[in-house]
Amino acid sequence: MAFVKMTAAQVARKVIENQPLFILDVRNTDAYEDWRIEGHNFDYLNIPYFDLLDGVEEILPKLPAEKDILVVCAKEGSSLMVAEMISDAGRDVYYLEGGMKSWSSYLEPIKVGDLTGGGELYQFVRLGKGCLSYMVISEGEAAIIDAVRFTDVFTNFAKEKNVEIKHVFDTHLHADHISGGRHIAEATGATYYLPAKDAEEVIFDYTPLEDGLTVKIGASQIEVGALYSPGHTIGSTSFIVDGKYLLTGDILFIDSIGRPDLAGLAEDWVGDLRDTLYRRYRELAEDLIVLPAHFMIIEELNEDGTVAKRLGDLFAENHGLNIESEDEFRHTVTDNLPPQPNAYEQIRQVNMGKISPGNDEQTEMEIGPNRCAVR
Amino acid sequence: MSLKADVQLDAKGLACPMPIVKTKKAMVGVNDGQILEVQATDKGSLADLKAWSESVGHQYIGTKEEDGVLLHYIRKSGDDKGIEKKFEQTIANEEVIDRAANGGMILDVREEAEYAFGHIEGSKSIPMGELEDRLDELDKDQEIYVICRTGTRSDLAARKLSEKGFAKVYNVIPGIGSWNGDLSKKI
Repeated sequence: MAFVKMTAAQVARKVIENQPLFILDVRNTDAYEDWRIEGHNFDYLNIPYFDLLDGVEEILPKLPAEKDILVVCAKEGSSLMVAEMISDAGRDVYYLEGGMKSWSSYLEPIKVGDLTGGGELYQFVRLGKGCLSYMVISEGEAAIIDAVRFTDVFTNFAKEKNVEIKHVFDTHLHADHISGGRHIAEATGATYYLPAKDAEEVIFDYTPLEDGLTVKIGASQIEVGALYSPGHTIGSTSFIVDGKYLLTGDILFIDSIGRPDLAGLAEDWVGDLRDTLYRRYRELAEDLIVLPAHFMIIEELNEDGTVAKRLGDLFAENHGLNIESEDEFRHTVTDNLPPQPNAYEQIRQVNMGKISPGNDEQTEMEIGPNRCAVR
Repeated sequence: MSLKADVQLDAKGLACPMPIVKTKKAMVGVNDGQILEVQATDKGSLADLKAWSESVGHQYIGTKEEDGVLLHYIRKSGDDKGIEKKFEQTIANEEVIDRAANGGMILDVREEAEYAFGHIEGSKSIPMGELEDRLDELDKDQEIYVICRTGTRSDLAARKLSEKGFAKVYNVIPGIGSWNGDLSKKI
């Protein structure tokens, strides 16, 4: 029987289209429990490859006949070996090309909606890592918000859409993933903006992102306006796009809120976080569609694969927006925080320009789930 | 500084799954209680070798990095906890530091690599296999607290010392494997 490769893009389609898939994850159990490919209709079996070196007979009965079977490992090698063994035993099977490494890197661009005068807003969903980046397109021009480090994806997409990237923003200095913002700006001649309060230690030139700054994109002059919203970091800034969308960065997610401890002490910023979520955001129109910079769990994805929800609905449903007592809020976001993201201190150094690791090292740093939220 | 290993395996430049596949094969030629050093450059080999060792019952000792090469140390099969301990003079882990402070000596009879990745500060290392040849390093008038990972090798060592005329010998139970205090490294 055959063993055939499946690409990260094909797996992404299965996630977004809610298709079934049986994943045989052959990484060691710690790695699997920390981070795996999530899908609404996916089933899983985790058996480390080194327990299968003597043969796969014992697991064959556990592999369903009616579903596609995908063998997954860290970088591909072990999944290829196991897939070949399963195929030799008479079963059809797929292996994931490039392993979890390529899954972590894959970005799926999905259109969120139309903007005034023929403009468009795209969300780039990094399913393997839960990162969300954005591109605002209006005739001839584009702005990018919170780009991840795979800069080609954005520049190629802009080429396809025949737009020139003019403005590149980071809502804050990221700690869970490496930003591609500065490099996109360098390659395209766009302006790179970063909140000055997050950028005190950066060693490159940037344009300060200040509260109230507004840029207009393309022929239809779509407005992208900055709104200072500290709490995850002291500089964290949100954007309102075309009066319809609220890009919240790592301050507010669909099912959780930002954590205040990744760039310093939680106690220092908890008051800012409270003020942003319970005052600044309350003053905004409830019909704004919230577009965060991350999702944490697959349930946060909409039917079409986007991660987006009305602000008013979040006020009603998001636990983090419904903690009346300030004391309780303080406890929620400073005690019992989830583990910090992999290598977050090094990632911050990269985003400040202080260290410039090679591609493989960057991949290693970003391995694992993002953990920017508190529920 | 390279640590003593009975068998060495060169898995440098090999990507997953090959370091583990080769280690599994190499283990066949290693005797129980002997130490295998696996040289690998694949960073993933660390977590996988550790997990693999645990799943098949070998003792993963530790890993150190030298010039970009990971040196993993694994002891085949580890101690057999089922073996009956026969030496009657024993003391508990909790007592040993205080007793040693009164002039006694802690004698660690595990292999050099095991000692290197975690030992009691001030303890003396003489691997079990070298004990008979190094008796002149020990003092018959001093109290000697013999320790290993689980108390099995130290039991054997304590009996040997007793046969050779060392009267003030104690086996430390259960040993470094259950040690709650600080351990020093020498790698």
